[in-house]
Amino acid sequence: MKENPQMIRLTYREAVREAIREALRKDDRVFLMGEDVGRYGGCFAVSKGLLQEFGPERIRDTPLSESAFVGAGIGAAMGGMRPIVEIMTVNFSLLAADQILNNAATILHMSGGQFNIPLVIRMATGGGRQVAAQHSHSLEGWYAHIPGIKVLTPATLEDARGMLWTALEDPDPVLIFENSNLYNMEGQLPADAGPVDIDRARVRRPGSDVTIITYSASLFKALDAAEILAREGIDAEVIDLRTLRPLDQETFLASVTKTHRAVIVDEGWRSGSISAEIAARIMEGAFYELDAPVERICSVEVPMPYAKHLEQAALPQTETIVTTIKRMMHS
Amino acid sequence: MAEFRMPSLGADMKAGTLVAWRVKPGDRVKRGDIIAEVETEKGLVEVEVFEEGVVDQIFVQSGEKVPVGTVLAMIRPEGMPAASAPPEVPQAAVKEHVPAEAGPEVKPGLEVSHLPGQPPERRIRVSPLARKLAAELGIDLSTVQGTGPMGAIERADVERAAAKRLAEKAPTPSVSEKPVPPTMEKPAATEFQIGMRRAIAAAMSRSNREIPHYYLETRIDMSRALRWLEAENQRRSIKERLLPAVLLIKAVARALGEVPELNGYWIDDRLQPQEAIHIGFAISLRQGGLVVPAIHHVDLKSLDELMEALRDLITRVRAGRLRSSEMTDATITVTNLGDLGVEKVFGVIYPPQVALVGFGKITEQPWAENGMIGIRPVLTATLAADHRATDGHQGGRFLEALNRYLQEAAKL
Repeated sequence: MKENPQMIRLTYREAVREAIREALRKDDRVFLMGEDVGRYGGCFAVSKGLLQEFGPERIRDTPLSESAFVGAGIGAAMGGMRPIVEIMTVNFSLLAADQILNNAATILHMSGGQFNIPLVIRMATGGGRQVAAQHSHSLEGWYAHIPGIKVLTPATLEDARGMLWTALEDPDPVLIFENSNLYNMEGQLPADAGPVDIDRARVRRPGSDVTIITYSASLFKALDAAEILAREGIDAEVIDLRTLRPLDQETFLASVTKTHRAVIVDEGWRSGSISAEIAARIMEGAFYELDAPVERICSVEVPMPYAKHLEQAALPQTETIVTTIKRMMHS
Repeated sequence: MAEFRMPSLGADMKAGTLVAWRVKPGDRVKRGDIIAEVETEKGLVEVEVFEEGVVDQIFVQSGEKVPVGTVLAMIRPEGMPAASAPPEVPQAAVKEHVPAEAGPEVKPGLEVSHLPGQPPERRIRVSPLARKLAAELGIDLSTVQGTGPMGAIERADVERAAAKRLAEKAPTPSVSEKPVPPTMEKPAATEFQIGMRRAIAAAMSRSNREIPHYYLETRIDMSRALRWLEAENQRRSIKERLLPAVLLIKAVARALGEVPELNGYWIDDRLQPQEAIHIGFAISLRQGGLVVPAIHHVDLKSLDELMEALRDLITRVRAGRLRSSEMTDATITVTNLGDLGVEKVFGVIYPPQVALVGFGKITEQPWAENGMIGIRPVLTATLAADHRATDGHQGGRFLEALNRYLQEAAKL
């Protein structure tokens, strides 16, 4: 492929690294902290080279205690810093759930508005890499339940590159969920790509027959499904939520109002999931526009299996999206 | 659990009044039992059940008028426990909005599926969008055929219904859309007649509009047949005597065996001949109008059985007690206007049938045969047939066969 001179080719991992590097350069209150982020370069190699470039003051390895280093991040944020805390995977974030929910999300409220917590927590999420139930869960929907924080799920290179700075500028805690399957995804980005908004969903593919609402890595399965469906005459619109909290319902309600059918693809478990929340909002906001029941494609409700075929069977797949939508359209 | 629904007793029937139940919850029924009486524009009809089992619940009470397809009762298989709901319908239930003859009008908020106290089986499934659209377009959802999951009505179905209504309205302005207010106040008999007239009007208009009729007639010397009949009747008690009409009906069935193309329906742009020969026998009513109940399997019945069937039919027509299957499944019609002195009948086919056989009065006429002139009892038989389905050649063969069978009445 002939590359546009203004475009650079990079991976999602490099896009995240560039975002961190830009933040570290632009604002000396910013520092990165987490398990193995320094000498090892990060468990997903996102921060490789940053220790050499910015030094141990700003790229800090922490003990294996999520509660301690997330708590330290909250304290630093209260003290005027702009910490980026990396948690290895979402599974381990539960060790810091008390800090995230009971402190980060609530201190502004409990302090009568005296203390904002301008903290950013990044963590890997999602299954599909055969790292089993220990490392593969998708709990971003859980965090989207909590008032007081924002939950970002960048799927594209542009969002991986641009959401971090906007999150750091936010006066309140922001959680960024990076699906670990995306780190190796390659693509092009303008050399001068910069911050993007973190409060609007995007229509990634316009269509007229059915709306697929999704986020993060499932976006690409949805886009693949839309291509397959297009060959069969079904024109699917694909919406990338980008942010799970606050939900940009205006965008997906407008889309459902146009297409009259909605499918939600969510890598989380179905019961009590973000997909349930979205379906409920469609009922509240677009019930009289629906020509078919809202459908959901979620992960099977089991701890993520290790065996590859079982793991793939447990996750939402392109084929499932295609067959579900064909059934909805009775074609 | 099987649903027992308001049957369609003719293509033009939209609704019927449940006049009486012959069964109550808990009663055992078997296929063919008459379990309800329904009043239609064509008269009182006894409705048969096609399931074996036990009457589980009755949803529509006598006196209620409901659209075709409405579940009237549930029949559960024998041995299955009764449904938990009480067998009687709640007081608040089920007076439905029956669309006026004129057609669709939707009263928002009063759609069929919103009525309280209805069992779930009666719900019409409609997507929210389809419901909204139907209200906007004034489409009565009870007239829309759903194509979605479990028969749900979706947007496309409502749009189809709207397009169809538009198409129906355009070419024939105000044919069926006469307002009927003044007649509503009149006594029931008159209203009934108006309804029947309207039903006949609809069927006959359609027939003349759609069916390219051709007509054939033949004169039949009835002397042999009548001689045989007279001798036969002398052997019989008065109760068992045969009417000439029985010979005619039977001869029609035999002739149809030779020309089966005349026995059937024109549906979906093609002739669909029927194996069973169910002859619709036109019976005029004293109060005006006519009904054409079917005598089933005429070809398989003996003359005695036919006479019995005819007698039973006439009695029940006079009493207004016809059965649902008799109203719908005739495969050909026979009209006999001989009683009135009419010599020839040029019939209008009852769609979707493809033929009508008419018989006039048997009169004494000069008859030339073998170079001699004699006086014979002569019957003029006519055939009105659908030229889409058959040609004059087949029609001619039919009349020839009919004549032949009537010359050998003993073999009928």
